[in-house]
Amino acid sequence: MNNIVIIGGGIAGVETACTLAESGNRVTIIERTGDIGGKLNRWYCLFPDFKKADEIKKYLKERIAKFDIELKLNSEVDKAERNGDQWYIYTGNVRYTADAVVIATGYELFDATRKEELGYKIYDNVITQGDLEDKFRAGDFKTTFGENPKRVAIVHCVGSRDEKCHNLYCSKVCCVTGVKQAIELSKFLPETQIFCYYMDLRMYDKHFEELYRTAQEHHNIQFIRGRVSEVSQTPDHRLAIKTEDTLSGRPMKMKLDMLVLLAGMDTKKHNKKVSELFDVEREESGFLKSKDFHIGAGILSQKGVFAAGCCISPMSIKETIENARSSAVQINQYLKTL
Amino acid sequence: MEFKDLFYYPFILGAIYLFGVVIWRFTKWFIGLSKIDKIRVRIGLFSKKTLKSIWESIREGLLHRNVFRNNKLLGYMHMSLAFGWFLLIVVGHFEASSYHGSMFFPFQHSVFFRYYVTDNVDFPGHVFFAYAMEILLFFVLSGVMLAYFKRFRSKAFGMKRTTRMRYGDRIGLTALWLIFPMRFLCETFTAGVYHNGSPIFNNIGDAFASLGNLEPWLNPLWLTYSIVLGVFFVALPYTRYMHIPAEINLIFLRNWGVTLKERRVNTYTLAQVYSCSRCGICIDACQLNLAGIKNSQSVYVLKNIRNKNLTDEVLFNCLICGKCQEACPVGIDVNKLRITQRIETTRQYNSSYDYLKTSEAKKTDIVYFAGCMTHLTPAIKKSMLQILDAAGENYWFMDENKAPCCGRPLMTAGQFDAAQKLIDTNTKMILDSGAKKLLVTCPICYKVFKEDYTLPNVEVVHHSEYILDLVKQGKITLKASDKNVVYHDPCELGRGSGIYDQPRELLSQSVTVKPIAHEREKALCCGGSLSNLKISMDERSVLSAQVMNEFASYNPDYVVTSCPLCKKTFAKTDILPVKDLAEVVVENLTPRS
Repeated sequence: MNNIVIIGGGIAGVETACTLAESGNRVTIIERTGDIGGKLNRWYCLFPDFKKADEIKKYLKERIAKFDIELKLNSEVDKAERNGDQWYIYTGNVRYTADAVVIATGYELFDATRKEELGYKIYDNVITQGDLEDKFRAGDFKTTFGENPKRVAIVHCVGSRDEKCHNLYCSKVCCVTGVKQAIELSKFLPETQIFCYYMDLRMYDKHFEELYRTAQEHHNIQFIRGRVSEVSQTPDHRLAIKTEDTLSGRPMKMKLDMLVLLAGMDTKKHNKKVSELFDVEREESGFLKSKDFHIGAGILSQKGVFAAGCCISPMSIKETIENARSSAVQINQYLKTL
Repeated sequence: MEFKDLFYYPFILGAIYLFGVVIWRFTKWFIGLSKIDKIRVRIGLFSKKTLKSIWESIREGLLHRNVFRNNKLLGYMHMSLAFGWFLLIVVGHFEASSYHGSMFFPFQHSVFFRYYVTDNVDFPGHVFFAYAMEILLFFVLSGVMLAYFKRFRSKAFGMKRTTRMRYGDRIGLTALWLIFPMRFLCETFTAGVYHNGSPIFNNIGDAFASLGNLEPWLNPLWLTYSIVLGVFFVALPYTRYMHIPAEINLIFLRNWGVTLKERRVNTYTLAQVYSCSRCGICIDACQLNLAGIKNSQSVYVLKNIRNKNLTDEVLFNCLICGKCQEACPVGIDVNKLRITQRIETTRQYNSSYDYLKTSEAKKTDIVYFAGCMTHLTPAIKKSMLQILDAAGENYWFMDENKAPCCGRPLMTAGQFDAAQKLIDTNTKMILDSGAKKLLVTCPICYKVFKEDYTLPNVEVVHHSEYILDLVKQGKITLKASDKNVVYHDPCELGRGSGIYDQPRELLSQSVTVKPIAHEREKALCCGGSLSNLKISMDERSVLSAQVMNEFASYNPDYVVTSCPLCKKTFAKTDILPVKDLAEVVVENLTPRS
C-alpha cells in the first residue's frame, strides 16, 4: 500500500484522492481552508446546464466519505524533502511520508485592481464574476444605491490575453462564464439591460455555442466587440465606461449601474510557492510545466510529483474531473515502477 | 630645396585645410540658424555671455570637468590629451619666441623646434622650457597610453561599452595615436645626436644612440611626424575629432541663447551633432541596454544624423527619459534633437483633428486637467477630487467628460502640427474659464502646458506643488503615519521639469521617504514612456522589473510616484504596491472639525 499526499482539496484534489483511494492507496489531503470544494464553494450555478454548484459539492462529499482519506484542513505545506523515492511533507508539526505527491492547488481570480482603469475597488458597483456569484447565492443584486441595477455590463478578458499585465494566455472558461452569468442575471432581473464586451467569444465545448445563441435570442443580452478602456464616475455617482464598438468602428460611452469584470485565472502565487517547495518547473504564464502536453499533462519535472486541475492549465469543472482521474492513472503507473 | 624647407609641408597644408573646413562649416551653420537665433548671437556676442563661454570652453574643452565628474580615469584621459596638447602648443610658442627674441616667426619653427634648434641652445629660459616641454609630452603620452588601453579594455574604465568606429574614424584615431609617440621619438633621437634637450631626453637619446648611429633616422622621423600631423588635420573634419572645434562653437552658441525650440531641424542640429566626441558615457547611462537594445543610444543617433543614415527603428526606440542628456559631458540637448528629427519622419501622419470641438468653459479659479493617463488611473483622479473638495477649492474639472489630450505624446512622436491643434483647443477652454491656475496630476501634461502652451496669467501647477501649497496654507492638514516609502521621480517631472523637492516635502508630512541610489537627476525610467514607439512590451517589462526590484531592496511599505503612467507601469510588475502621492495624501487627510 502506497502513501500519497495531495495538496489542495478542491475539485481536482478530491477527485484525484478518491480515484487513488479506490485503487488501494492511502491518501492524505492537505487543504488550506476549512472545507473541501475550493472555488466551487463560491459558485451558484454552473455552465452550460445551470446545474447547482452545490450538487457537485454533494457529489464530492459523498464520494470522499466512501474512503478512508485523511483530510487535513486549515493546513499548508511548510517544507518538502525528497529522500530517494520517498517524500517527506511537513505541515505544522506533522510529517507525512509519501510515495507520490499531487499538486492540486488550483487558481486564484486575477487581481482586478491591477487593471486600475477598470475601477475595481475604486468605484462602487464594480465587481468581479466571483462577487457576482456571491450575489447569486444571496439572491440580492442591489447596488450601493439600494436598487437593482437597470443596466449592467460584463467585461471579458480582464487579466487574460493581456500583454499589459504579462498574462498572454487565455483563461478559457470566462467567455462561457460571462454568457452564463448574463443569462442567469436576466432570469433574476428580467428588466435589466445587459451588455457583454468581448474580444472574441471562445465557445469551445459542447452546448456553449447554443448557450451563446440563447443569450442573444431569448435573453436579449447585447454582445459588443470591444475592450473597455476606461471607467469613471458620473456626477450622480453612476458608472460610465468608454469603449469602442470595433465592428461598427465607433467609440462609445455608456452609463451603467453595475460593471462585472471577468477576471482570468491566475496561478502565479500558489504555483510559485509549490514550485519552490518541490523544485518543479513553471511556465512563463505561471502554470506548472507538464512533462508532455499531449500524453503527460499531470507529470511534472520532479520525480514522484504530479499535478491535477487548474494549476496545470485553465479547465472547466468537467475537464478538471477528467484530468484528475487521468493523473490518478499516471500516478498508479508510476507507483508500480517503485 | 633642402629637406628642412620641405618636410613641414604636410603639417602646414593639413593645418590650412583644417582651418578652412572648420571656418566653412561654422559659417554655414551660422547662416542656417533661424532669424531669431541670429539676433540672439548678435546680441550675445558683446555681452558677458561671451566671457562665460570662454571660461566654459577652457573648463570643458580643455579640462573636461564634466567627464571627470562622470568618470575620473576617462576624465584624465581626455584632459591629458586636450589640455596637455594645448599647453604643448602654447609653451612651445613661448619657447620659440624666446629663442627668436620675437613673437612672430614661421609657425613650423615652434612645432618642430627641436628639429631646427640643434646648436646654440643657450637662449633665455632654455632649461625651463626643455624640462617643461618634455614633462608635458609625458603628460600627453600618459593620456595616449590610456586611450590605447581603453580601446582594448573598456571595462577597466568602469565603462561597460565603448563606441563602435567607422573607417574614417580609424584613420583619424591611428594618426592621433601616432602623433605623440612620433614626437617623442623625433625629439629623443635628435637629443641623442645633438644633446639639445633637457637631461631627460638627452639621456634617453644617449640610450638609443648606444644601439647605433641615430643621425640617418632623423630626417625620416621628422618627416613622418609632419605627415602624421597633416593626416590627422585633414581627417579631423570627417571623424569624431571634429568635436574638438565643434564643441567650442557649441558652447558659444548655447550661451548666446540659440535653441532648438523653434520646432524644426536647422543647422543648430549639426552644430550639436558634430560636438559629440563619442565618449560613450550616454551608452552606459541608457536603460535600454538592459532590454538588449544596443543601437539606438544617443551617440548612435548623433552619428546616424551626421552620416545621414538614421532609421526610424533607431530614432523611435528611445524613452526620451533624459538620462543620457543628464550624463552628456558636452551638454548636447539630445532629447530635443531626437524629437525634432522625428518631425520629418512623421510629417505625413499628422491628423487634421477636424472634429475637435471646444466645450463650454465654466468660470472658475482653478482648472483641473486630469489628462488621459489620470483617467486610466481612477484612484489618482478620485483622490485629487477628494483633496480639492476637502480644501473647499473653487475648481472646474475640465476634462471630466471629454477634452483632447494635452498634446505631449504627439509632440514627442514629432507630430507638432497635430499637437498644435490639441493645444489650440485646450488653450481656448482654459483661457475662457478665466482661471488663474491650471492643475494637472500628470507630469507629461505638466511639461507641455508649461513649455508649449501660451497661457498668459495662468500658473501651471503639478499636484505635488499644489497640494503642498494647500498644506502650507492650512487648507488641509495631514497626519503622520509610520509608513516607510520609496519615492520614484518621474522623468518628465524630475529631469524634464526640475521638480524634485515638492513631492518629497509633501510626502514627509505623512510618511518617511527612504533615500535610494537612483533618485532625483539619477532616477531610472519606469519603462512605460509613451515616447518610445518601437520597444516591445516584453522589453518594457524588463526595465520596469529592474526598477521595482531595486525599490524592493529598500523594503518600503509601498512605492510612491507622482505620475499616472509610472504608477500604471509599476503596478503591472506586481512586485510592490504603488501609490500616487494624491492617494497617500487622502489616506492621511485629517477631517476638518
